[in-house]
Amino acid sequence: MRLISQYRNSPGIDVPVVLWRDGAHGPVAHSLNEAALARGIHIGSRVVDVQAIHPDLHVEAADTEGDNALMRRLVHWARRWCPWTAQDVDHGLVLDVTGSAHLFGGEAALLRDICQRLAMQGLTARVAMAPTRGAAQALARFGASRTICTFQDVAAALAPLPAVALRLDAQTARLLDRLGLKTIGTLANVPRIALMRRFANMAADHNPLILLDRALGHVSDPLNAPPDHRRIMARACLPEPVIDPVPHLKGLVDDLCATLTTADLGARRLRLTIYRIDGEYRTVQFATARANRDPAHLLRLFNGKLDNIDPGFGFDLLTLEATGTEPVCMMQDRLDGQRDASADVAGLLDRLTARLGRDKVTWSTWTASHKPERVEGQVSALTGSPSPSPALIRERPLRLLKPAEEIRVIYAVPEGPPSKFRWRRVAYQTVRHAGPERIAPEWWVDRPGSRLRDYYKVEVQDGRRFWLYREGLLHDGRGDAPRWFLHGLFA
Amino acid sequence: MESDSSYGQVILLPGRGASTRRNMDVSALRPALTDLLCARPADASATGFVLALLHAATGPILWVQDYMSRRESGHLYTPSLKALGADQAVLQVTANHPRDALWAMEEGASCASLSAVVGEIHGGPAVLDFTATKRLAMRADASGVPLYLIRSGDPGGLSAARMRWRIEALPSLPHPYDPGSPGRAQWDVDLFRARGHPPGRWVARYDPDAKRTADRLGLVSRAPDREVDAPDQSISKLTGH
Repeated sequence: MRLISQYRNSPGIDVPVVLWRDGAHGPVAHSLNEAALARGIHIGSRVVDVQAIHPDLHVEAADTEGDNALMRRLVHWARRWCPWTAQDVDHGLVLDVTGSAHLFGGEAALLRDICQRLAMQGLTARVAMAPTRGAAQALARFGASRTICTFQDVAAALAPLPAVALRLDAQTARLLDRLGLKTIGTLANVPRIALMRRFANMAADHNPLILLDRALGHVSDPLNAPPDHRRIMARACLPEPVIDPVPHLKGLVDDLCATLTTADLGARRLRLTIYRIDGEYRTVQFATARANRDPAHLLRLFNGKLDNIDPGFGFDLLTLEATGTEPVCMMQDRLDGQRDASADVAGLLDRLTARLGRDKVTWSTWTASHKPERVEGQVSALTGSPSPSPALIRERPLRLLKPAEEIRVIYAVPEGPPSKFRWRRVAYQTVRHAGPERIAPEWWVDRPGSRLRDYYKVEVQDGRRFWLYREGLLHDGRGDAPRWFLHGLFA
Repeated sequence: MESDSSYGQVILLPGRGASTRRNMDVSALRPALTDLLCARPADASATGFVLALLHAATGPILWVQDYMSRRESGHLYTPSLKALGADQAVLQVTANHPRDALWAMEEGASCASLSAVVGEIHGGPAVLDFTATKRLAMRADASGVPLYLIRSGDPGGLSAARMRWRIEALPSLPHPYDPGSPGRAQWDVDLFRARGHPPGRWVARYDPDAKRTADRLGLVSRAPDREVDAPDQSISKLTGH
């Protein structure tokens, strides 16, 4: 077993670099390079303080998400050495190389190979090999580089390391420090009965005695390796560069669906890439509403999508990859031979979304709000699902103008809606009206100073029914004379 | 109907018989493609009439709008659909160009799980020609999904629709409790072209409280007791405005 701790590479070796993250009182140092460590900067110290002492410091924001993503990819990349790899906390990788070291010319050669290959990627690695996972990570972080220890001398190798190397939490480490147990060796030499009583009710992952037992190999500490990525992909290598991808699509889709069928999967997201002869590539992506591996359906999704793909001087390689997959099993849910209705709708959603775009094909979502324009939201049909609409308490128009359009009042009436108004350059005369219905601003959402609305249902001379509102009141201290808007149309 | 006693034969005269037939089953017909022309801009009557025509079904409604109709006559406010008896989920599609809207309607028409497809196209664009409507009608014929095409700001060119209506709002019924308020909506619906049905003109109302679903949409002939072949009366004479 061995463990690699990798740190970010710096732009220049002798330039001190500090990566910062947000701390409780402003930015703090998240990670340092060798030059910065040599100057005595500590991780966790405030960046402004450090900059005051070292004005030539190179400071950059830390990208923890990016680091994590890189580590997750490295876990799978490290399977070149052994089949069992997992991510360790604090930028570590654990490799279970039992029985595979001889393939690389022995254990020392393997460690050298790991360091070299990571250095080729611009990563600095500290490597150690030990019979247990806890010992390996302690030696990699606190021991000499490229230590190899066997089962007989684990205890001896760990003895000089500080007790924190067992990955204790801060409170336990401070407690052990106060007790004078500064190294793993002294901790191991204390009679267990005495310590057992003190740490009896601690969880296994924090209990120093259990951690020590794991590191020394008295307790098993198995490695849980994530499963391999499965890349589902079909490719077509062409002998001559071509301009039109359409004739090759059918073969690609058929290949991909055959692969999906053997894996019992269905595609949720697909990506077609063409590799042009000038070294560029172009991609087309789309998604499906439910996992699907029907070649005819997937082929139809390409209709009209390839019109504005730019083939340049031609391309000689096409790949079609299922970037998102879900398990799908063949299922018959009806006995009368009819088609499954929801599958039909899902297929329709795919076709509509592939051509028109995700934000153009939508289901409605609902928000509890008094403002009519806030009640209904839209969610892409591929990700959302239909939900029943809320019951209406008051009558609402069938159509809503977004945003509401201002009307020009020709003849105002002290109480009630204007008796004559002009909207879209047409004059209207109010015959009957109902209202007002007052909707106050929602102070928890709206900006301060928003005005209330008084809604009226108004019938004009030719029978059309409009929904008007007056924004605000006269002398409400929130602006000038109130304006009138047309917000909806009744059936 | 007249009977000639001397020969004992019954002769059906056109006009009267046909005018009584008009009232019966026009809303119960389920034609493949229905055209609805809005006589006036910014009028939600056609939307209301379509919803009243929809039959109870479980599948979602595909509602396609092109960009111009969304700008001119507004977004659909889905919670209000229940008041007109349509409680299906609504899949809303917005198309930037009428061509895309027609394509989306065609795709929807071939999907038999939908309960209806409603399309709105504003301004009578060139792509909405006889061929486009014929394609829609044939697709809908094959799958049995009713298709409704709301055409606003459109004089109404050639169309292969099985039924063509022209709709406009009428002054509403008096409010039962408040004489100053507008009451239940009324529409003037004019069936000016239909296959297998004589054309006619009615005053349509929607009554959500009716017991039978079939009774909710009421079509009242504008001239119930008129002379045979009398000319159509104008709306203003009927309603007193």
